Amino acid sequence: MTQSSMRTPLGRVRGLGSAKSGTGHFWLQRMTAVSNLVLTIIFIGIVISLSGRPYPAAMALLGHPLVSILMLLFILSACVHMRIGMQTILEDYVHHEGFKVLTAMANTFFAIAVGAASVYAVLKLSFGG
Amino acid sequence: MAEVKPAARPLSPHLQIYRWSWTMAMSIAHRVTGSSLYVGTVLIAAWLVAAASGPQAFDTAQWIAGSLLGRLVLFLYSFALIHHMLGGVRHLVWDTGNGYEPQARMNLARFTLIGSVSLTILIWVVALVLR
Repeated sequence: MTQSSMRTPLGRVRGLGSAKSGTGHFWLQRMTAVSNLVLTIIFIGIVISLSGRPYPAAMALLGHPLVSILMLLFILSACVHMRIGMQTILEDYVHHEGFKVLTAMANTFFAIAVGAASVYAVLKLSFGG
Repeated sequence: MAEVKPAARPLSPHLQIYRWSWTMAMSIAHRVTGSSLYVGTVLIAAWLVAAASGPQAFDTAQWIAGSLLGRLVLFLYSFALIHHMLGGVRHLVWDTGNGYEPQARMNLARFTLIGSVSLTILIWVVALVLR
């Protein structure tokens, strides 16, 4: 490495941020990967059982407490997982600092918006609003 | 103290200079399918909101999903889902420290591709039979 500064590598990085939570995203991505594995299979099963049902029967199934709880867990797990995944992609490919911050924010807003809309819909069906 | 700018560091070569390999293709496919699923969650959310909005909105959503274009999107979405899922299992295997040998990597790439294609077809056959 070409050294163009008199400062040591440690001196240059000290104080620039904590190294204590570096594995947080890594671990959360694995946790949600495992939960997605189970919940996605359940979600596919739900979608298959819904296909071809008339509206009242389909809504009765979606509004069933067990189905609703599993759907809510699926939405939460998927949204957390996809937010971290997209953030990793953005960090890899977006090099302009300002644009990187903007896209990272947009990514979080997107995940929350999709999650909130889906959760609202499932709760409305479940509570019979 | 004068601030000295760090020297420009060498960058690693990017994708286009490498010869394509199966493991590389599956790795890229994992990102592509992940991104497609990301965008596709809008459709799932829209479908759920339509269901919560009432019979008319739900019928419209079901009509769109049942159209030729809708079915194509659904098929591709289910394939992306299964592919990303099996690609994720591959990553979980790697996380345990196993599967890094050339033959094992190749087997995992085969598992991802063959597994996702056959599982997707199986799911659609089951879904169409159950209808």
